[in-house]
Amino acid sequence: MRNASQQERRHTICVLVDNEPGVLARVIGLFSGRGYNIESLTVSEVDHVNRLSRINIVTTGTEQVIEQIKALLARLVPVHRVQDLTVEGPAVERELALVKVLGDRERLVQALRIADFMHARLVDSTPGGLIFEMTGSSDDIDAFIALVEPVEVSRAGVVAIGRGGVVLEPPPDVVATQTKGEGR
Amino acid sequence: MPDSGRPRAETATETLTGSQVVVRALIEQGVEVIFGYPGGAVLPLYDEIFKQNAIRHILVRHEQAAVHAAEGYARSTGKVGVVLVTSGPGATNTVTGLTDALMDSVPVVCLTGQVPTHMIGNDAFQEADTVGITRPCTKHNYLVKRPEDLAQVLHEAFHVARSGRPGPVVVDLPKNILMGQAPYRTAREARLSRYRPRRDPDPDRIEQALDLMVEAERPIFYVGGGLINSGPVACELLTEFVRATGFPITLTLMGLGAYPASDPQFLGMLGMHGTYEANMAMYDCDVMIAIGARFDDRVTGRLDGFSPRSRRIHVDIDPSSINKNVPVDVAIVADAERALAAFLEGWRRRAHRIDPRRIEGWWEQIRQWRAVDSLGFRQEGEVIKPQYAIRRLHEHVRDLDPIVTTDVGQHQMWAAQHFPIEKPRRWLTSGGLGTMGYGFPAAIGAQIAHPDRLVINITGDASWVMMMQEMSTAIQYRLPVKIFMLNNRWMGMVRQWQDLFHGSRRAESYMDALPDFVKLAEAFGAKGIRVEKASGLDAAIEEMLAHPGPVLTEVVIDPFENVYPMIPGGAAHNEIILSPADKRDEGPLSEEGMVLV
Repeated sequence: MRNASQQERRHTICVLVDNEPGVLARVIGLFSGRGYNIESLTVSEVDHVNRLSRINIVTTGTEQVIEQIKALLARLVPVHRVQDLTVEGPAVERELALVKVLGDRERLVQALRIADFMHARLVDSTPGGLIFEMTGSSDDIDAFIALVEPVEVSRAGVVAIGRGGVVLEPPPDVVATQTKGEGR
Repeated sequence: MPDSGRPRAETATETLTGSQVVVRALIEQGVEVIFGYPGGAVLPLYDEIFKQNAIRHILVRHEQAAVHAAEGYARSTGKVGVVLVTSGPGATNTVTGLTDALMDSVPVVCLTGQVPTHMIGNDAFQEADTVGITRPCTKHNYLVKRPEDLAQVLHEAFHVARSGRPGPVVVDLPKNILMGQAPYRTAREARLSRYRPRRDPDPDRIEQALDLMVEAERPIFYVGGGLINSGPVACELLTEFVRATGFPITLTLMGLGAYPASDPQFLGMLGMHGTYEANMAMYDCDVMIAIGARFDDRVTGRLDGFSPRSRRIHVDIDPSSINKNVPVDVAIVADAERALAAFLEGWRRRAHRIDPRRIEGWWEQIRQWRAVDSLGFRQEGEVIKPQYAIRRLHEHVRDLDPIVTTDVGQHQMWAAQHFPIEKPRRWLTSGGLGTMGYGFPAAIGAQIAHPDRLVINITGDASWVMMMQEMSTAIQYRLPVKIFMLNNRWMGMVRQWQDLFHGSRRAESYMDALPDFVKLAEAFGAKGIRVEKASGLDAAIEEMLAHPGPVLTEVVIDPFENVYPMIPGGAAHNEIILSPADKRDEGPLSEEGMVLV
């Protein structure tokens, strides 16, 4: 930490939390209250038996700020694990986007061609309009959007998972006690 | 709890009302006192409290005072302080107190009433989004929506409040949950595993820290309020370890009492109004051992000028306090008590190889800094100097082992500088948040916890007026709190900053109309004393101490005295100003400094 870099860097942080009311507000409040950036945030329950949710956060900061963010996340009561995939990786990161293109026939044919070679999938077609589904890295999606010039984009945000043995698991005692109890 | 002969009274299946569950959980958690104020949403719980005798309720006059009183109770005992208020304004009035407790790591459980669950979100009468409002000013908070969660939540609330770095926890209780049926669970049946902070130090890091310490030629201990929270054993171990090393030690405002102030190795408090020797030693040290302190801006001064040549060891139970403001070389996440036990053991193991002469030059340097006598002042004539008033007070009460609370401002700094604290849990002050109005209710809480001890609230005129309604509480419970008010008719610290940074334009820092404090005290049914001359000070203090009930002693002081030494905002430790004569046109009073608070 003594010679921590002052350079800002993008980090993907995964957090395993109890799926209870207010937990997302705690995480977001921590970022907004202390002036940290959130570039992307996704959340969903991933363990229905133990009621655990996984929050994927993409943020940018100096090494000192990132360390601070991780320590602050870890001390929240409903947080079980914090994993910085940028440090603890390697990891796979994916994002899903729905991309709508409107225009004349020529424009739509052009979009279909781009979608074809960039592996975007056509999911809806109306007179004068197409919707593509694209899954890939955030950069792939940015590139696709730049080429098809859509009128509307909806992006899901980054989901990430460590490769191979890099696994984000709840502490064993949490699973044990929660499964044993009457459930919630 | 009395029971009608049922054999398995403590089983999880037993069903009570929600209010009964709350009271039973509080009793099981060892709660003896609640500070509170009733209202519609919590009436069922007050009804249950009325029916029992295990827990005493102290009725305050404002909910903010309930939290400060709970803080005073908690910090003078080491137990969790408990607050009970109603919904809406009852809850919002606690916000300042909760923030204060969060900043200063005080264990408090605050129970708030709430409108019934089916009305939440309807803008009902006295409804407020209490968990939303208190989320950033609590360590954790809960809204109990299901009766079966109630006992679990309460046990976990106490566990969270007192474990790791302590802090305030809010439990929001809708009225229908309190009135409905709810199962009881004992503390042993509650699930507490999801919050378990690390307490034991990493042995390798302890060794690395000791490696630095045994080689140090200019070492210093920099110790904060975390030691007080860790407990009296931690403070004893600290004293033992500091004496074993022979190193100098400085304490933060929150740490006062963790090490005996009269000990020759103690350099006094550090920071903005710390002693010259403490701040210069921090600047020049080669190894800094920070324990239970958080490098806050009042302590560090300008960060890029902070202790430029030191290697730093930091022990803290909260990982987020480490490397936050100041990067360190050896980070040890642990309870201070366990870290100190490990340090002491390791030091003794190495003792035969340590050369005590290597720090002799350092002590010689410190002696020269001490000779500056940075806390010196002159009491001449009959106008009372505030420093003199505090020192005389200390002379009169030093053998009575008093608990001292303060408010915020100049009087607070003079008390920190001139009232030596010898033991932990005797010094209660609002450090992080700087809450004017903290001191009097905190003194009430401390007096409730220690009915036979001397509790003194050293305060200023502006601070005391902020919570003066609590005199009524002191009278109701016959609490002999002694208020020692330094009255200069100014918001003294505000005026000091206006004089230093704003061309002496004293905007709104003068109180044009103050009450007659003697008559005010008498109106409440307390005793009031006013002293205006230095020759009358001793008699006034004796009269205050001799009176069996609460006393407000108004000490009229030199209105233009300022607090020195001072490290102005944006300056480094070695740029400390010793007296008004030291004020230079050039130098530490910078534009960047003015921006800082």
